[in-house]
Amino acid sequence: MALNQISVFLENKPGTLSEVTGVLAQAGIDMRALSLAETKDFGIARMIAVDVEKASDVLKEAGFVNSLTCVVGAVIPNEPGGLDRVLKVFNDAHVNLEYMYAFLGGGDGQACMIFRVGKEMEQEAEAALAAHGIRVLTQEDVSGL
Amino acid sequence: MNYYQKEIECASREELRALQDERLVKQVQHVWDNVPYYRKKMEAKGVTPEDIKGVADLHKLPFLSKADLRDAYPYGLLAVPLADCVRIQSTSGTTGKRVVAFYTQEDIDLWEDCCARAICAAGGTKEDVCQISYGYGLFTGGPGLNGGSHKVGCLTIPTSSGNTERQIMFINDLQATILCCTPSYAAFLGETMKEMGLTPQEIPLKAGIFGAEAWSEEMRKDIEQTLGIKAYDIYGLTELSGPGVAFECSAQQGMHINEDHFIPEIIDPDTEEVLPEGEQGELVFTAVTKKAFPMIRYRTRDICVLTREACSCGRTHVRMRKPKGRSDDMLIIRGVNVFPSQIETVLMNHGYAANYQIIIDRVNHTDTFEVQVEMTPEMFTDNMGEIADMQKTLVEGLRSMLGITAKVSLVAPKSITRSEGKAVRVIDKRKL
Repeated sequence: MALNQISVFLENKPGTLSEVTGVLAQAGIDMRALSLAETKDFGIARMIAVDVEKASDVLKEAGFVNSLTCVVGAVIPNEPGGLDRVLKVFNDAHVNLEYMYAFLGGGDGQACMIFRVGKEMEQEAEAALAAHGIRVLTQEDVSGL
Repeated sequence: MNYYQKEIECASREELRALQDERLVKQVQHVWDNVPYYRKKMEAKGVTPEDIKGVADLHKLPFLSKADLRDAYPYGLLAVPLADCVRIQSTSGTTGKRVVAFYTQEDIDLWEDCCARAICAAGGTKEDVCQISYGYGLFTGGPGLNGGSHKVGCLTIPTSSGNTERQIMFINDLQATILCCTPSYAAFLGETMKEMGLTPQEIPLKAGIFGAEAWSEEMRKDIEQTLGIKAYDIYGLTELSGPGVAFECSAQQGMHINEDHFIPEIIDPDTEEVLPEGEQGELVFTAVTKKAFPMIRYRTRDICVLTREACSCGRTHVRMRKPKGRSDDMLIIRGVNVFPSQIETVLMNHGYAANYQIIIDRVNHTDTFEVQVEMTPEMFTDNMGEIADMQKTLVEGLRSMLGITAKVSLVAPKSITRSEGKAVRVIDKRKL
């Protein structure tokens, strides 16, 4: 069920991210969400895309170290308390979060949240969401967004 | 066992010593008669050729250093008429003026013999195809091993350095079995072939003879694995002829010095006293057969250890341990001596590639010390914390090896320029 996210290593110097987006544009990769994490010397670009395997291959070919990471996606209503509800579900299920980011586009008034959960907790996380009637995002959903 | 000149390579220590005694006496007389620059040095020390009866008297003679070579540039140390010389070679000249060395035809012949011994020690025979990817020209690497390869009777491919695609094409199309180049270029060729999908079994090479720069044991293992070969070290200096002053045998327990041509000593670099066997110090050579450019007690600035223990390969010539680093390569950072080879050892122990760069600068009168290493697909993780931990572990590893703290920067793969000759490991921006 869980989603595949591409994580790309970025050296912290001007132009690196635009090289990555250039490679993806060239290959016609449709990106859905992008989040950047950075330290003083390096960063990681995390992306949700329609064809992640292809994106990973073309980036590798262009010399960008990257990996596919398992993440959990949830569709939540774009209204006050939407995120809070999901986090309570995770809290009750003892699912630990490493990082998360959001994007709009889950349909009318819907937001999508991407969660990186603790090691091998993806199934528990998704089951907990489903048990509370929260729609879990699949790779097929990503293509349809 | 495969030898080029078995009789001399496996001669008894007594025979060798007698030969060295005889050759040294002759060489000192030759230099006294023909090199006023060195004669003056001898006179200043109160030594005459009559005082030198053999190797036991070597310590009485004055040293020669790189500074002398620069002072005497270009002809000051020449010991034969220029008309008798047939070639010059020159150092890569990283510091100051280039050193120009002269050769008679006989000098070249003996030099090529030394290289032939190295090729045979690496298992080379006339059936082998030997690709020389050292630079040809003023640099001694290409011409020296080219000559040695001819003497052994190998089919020689003189590709010289550069044009990696063509190098790989020849290795595969002509089924090269022996590769001669710098270790950093061997690593690069291996990395490129791996990317092309060639497995070590598919690469026809069986041995490599790598030298002209310092490299670590870990780097050797790495090259041996990616290329599927046995990697042999070779040592030399342009001042003494070029590669082949010493070479590794199948035992890989140090390099045999061609003692019939080069008499080694280990000295304390500060007091200039000769140190007993087994102690670490600066390597000093006396070339006893070279006619055109005969170096007497030449200080190499290489720090290493000698051993005369018997070697399983049957060769009797003294072995030198891989130099810890040429003192020319030694960096002084915040007052601490640092050899790039030490940094390489730490990197490889922590699973990083041997491709790195050291950047030193001085900001507000304090040295800054940065080690750049490339992120590899194997080490990359989506977890920022784990990457930060990797950096921390490396900083700690470097500190325990060197005694000072470096800044470790992770850079994109392939962003550190690959070298086709000697690798550029150090960028020193300090204006000292």
